[in-house]
Amino acid sequence: MADQEQFEPVIIGFTCNWCSYRAADLAGTARIKYPPNVRLIRLMCSGRLDPTFVLKALSGGADAVLITGCHPGECHYIEQNYKAMRRFLLMRRTLAQMGIEPGRIKLVWASAAEGVKLAQEITNMVEEIRALGPLNWPKPADGNGHLSVKPELEEVAA
Amino acid sequence: MSANGSKPKFAMYWAASCGGCEIAVLNIHEKILDVDANFEVVFWPVAMDAKYKDVEAMPDESITLTLFNGGMRNSENEEMAHLMRRKSKILVAFGSCAIEGCIPGLANFSSTQEIFDAAYNTTSTDNPQSIRPQFDYSVPEGELRIPEFYPVLKTLDQVVKVDYYMPGCPPESHQIAAVIDLVIKALHGEAQLPPPGSVIGAGNSTVCDECPRKRNEKAIKQFTRIQDLQTPDPVLCLLEQGIPCNGPATRSGCGALCPQAGAQCIGCYGPAEGVLDFGARLMTAFASVIDSKDPDEIERILDGLVDPAGQFYRFGLAGSLLRAAKPAFSKQ
Repeated sequence: MADQEQFEPVIIGFTCNWCSYRAADLAGTARIKYPPNVRLIRLMCSGRLDPTFVLKALSGGADAVLITGCHPGECHYIEQNYKAMRRFLLMRRTLAQMGIEPGRIKLVWASAAEGVKLAQEITNMVEEIRALGPLNWPKPADGNGHLSVKPELEEVAA
Repeated sequence: MSANGSKPKFAMYWAASCGGCEIAVLNIHEKILDVDANFEVVFWPVAMDAKYKDVEAMPDESITLTLFNGGMRNSENEEMAHLMRRKSKILVAFGSCAIEGCIPGLANFSSTQEIFDAAYNTTSTDNPQSIRPQFDYSVPEGELRIPEFYPVLKTLDQVVKVDYYMPGCPPESHQIAAVIDLVIKALHGEAQLPPPGSVIGAGNSTVCDECPRKRNEKAIKQFTRIQDLQTPDPVLCLLEQGIPCNGPATRSGCGALCPQAGAQCIGCYGPAEGVLDFGARLMTAFASVIDSKDPDEIERILDGLVDPAGQFYRFGLAGSLLRAAKPAFSKQ
């Protein structure tokens, strides 16, 4: 509808190579639709998720972060998804103190077979964030802070 | 102070800070005589009389070394940061405040309104008429203006380019002495300065690396504040005893003074090499050692961390990725 401008949230989604990324893939091959508001980033495991990634996403313009991983007990690396869960719970508390609504970060378990479930979770989250409104974290006013200094990239052989 | 104008010039300035950094510099004892022998001190408000206009009159880049401590709490701080940058060849962000905001930066958890309420209207303040500072005020003699208060405290390198970072709250005196030695040697052509942007006067590892306490595989069922512990083990790693110790994320350089004295590391040396966000690294560290797979039990264990954001950003809030909590950005 052209007459009302709808807020389109940007959600960064971290997926696990062994389960939730494949669930997203399955959703694609099965032609299950989910909103394009989520930008998926594949990690080898939810245990790879450094809270820095979440803080960087939120401070850099994302409205929310979705963290996904294998169901408890099914981690490819034995128990790293439990670490992800503990980080998530601690992060949510810390962010709440920073004035960021707990709903802006979400943890979802999705196996490689759960394309429908993942698509549904993404759809729900987009609506929840749409209701919360934009996060719009302020950027440093001028460009010369160390936050804007880009680390030197190292060339890595393919 | 020598009147010999041929000596390299030295300056030290404080913005939003406590003055502990200046004391740490004086704490280098007889080494301070080397500073005087090798430098002409041209500007150091805490130690000598000088006016801003004296600095303004100096040629650009005429000060060889400026140690700048303190964060950008108001427009005066920022103006001085620009002035000192223009007049200095080497500008060092000296101490935690200049680098990452430190304790004054904790105000970034609160709105301007809350900060002013705390400063001017709490029960311990004798201010019955609720008088607040006016930034512009007209008197018969003319217009009076005081520096503008910033809602969000900024770090030095968020406003000017910084050549070196010297962490610590305050930096340890032996580290300051070593840095002064190095600069003097470099001036005589006997040593080379590290590449610009480097962290100086500190290690490249973590406090844990310098800590002599005994470490095993960590598995924590409960976080405890150190004052609540009846008999803390004198040799075992503090984190293993459930005491939230910031050592795993903190840069080495202090010699692990606090853990050796039986107190947890509070993180005053800032993030370790390669750490972008101090709090994020600590969240990882603390979450990794919790010995539970049950969400309810994990929540119960986390209840032991009474103030996670305060624990993680005690020194580095202004320099962290988020820089402040939401209320501070609200401009009220």
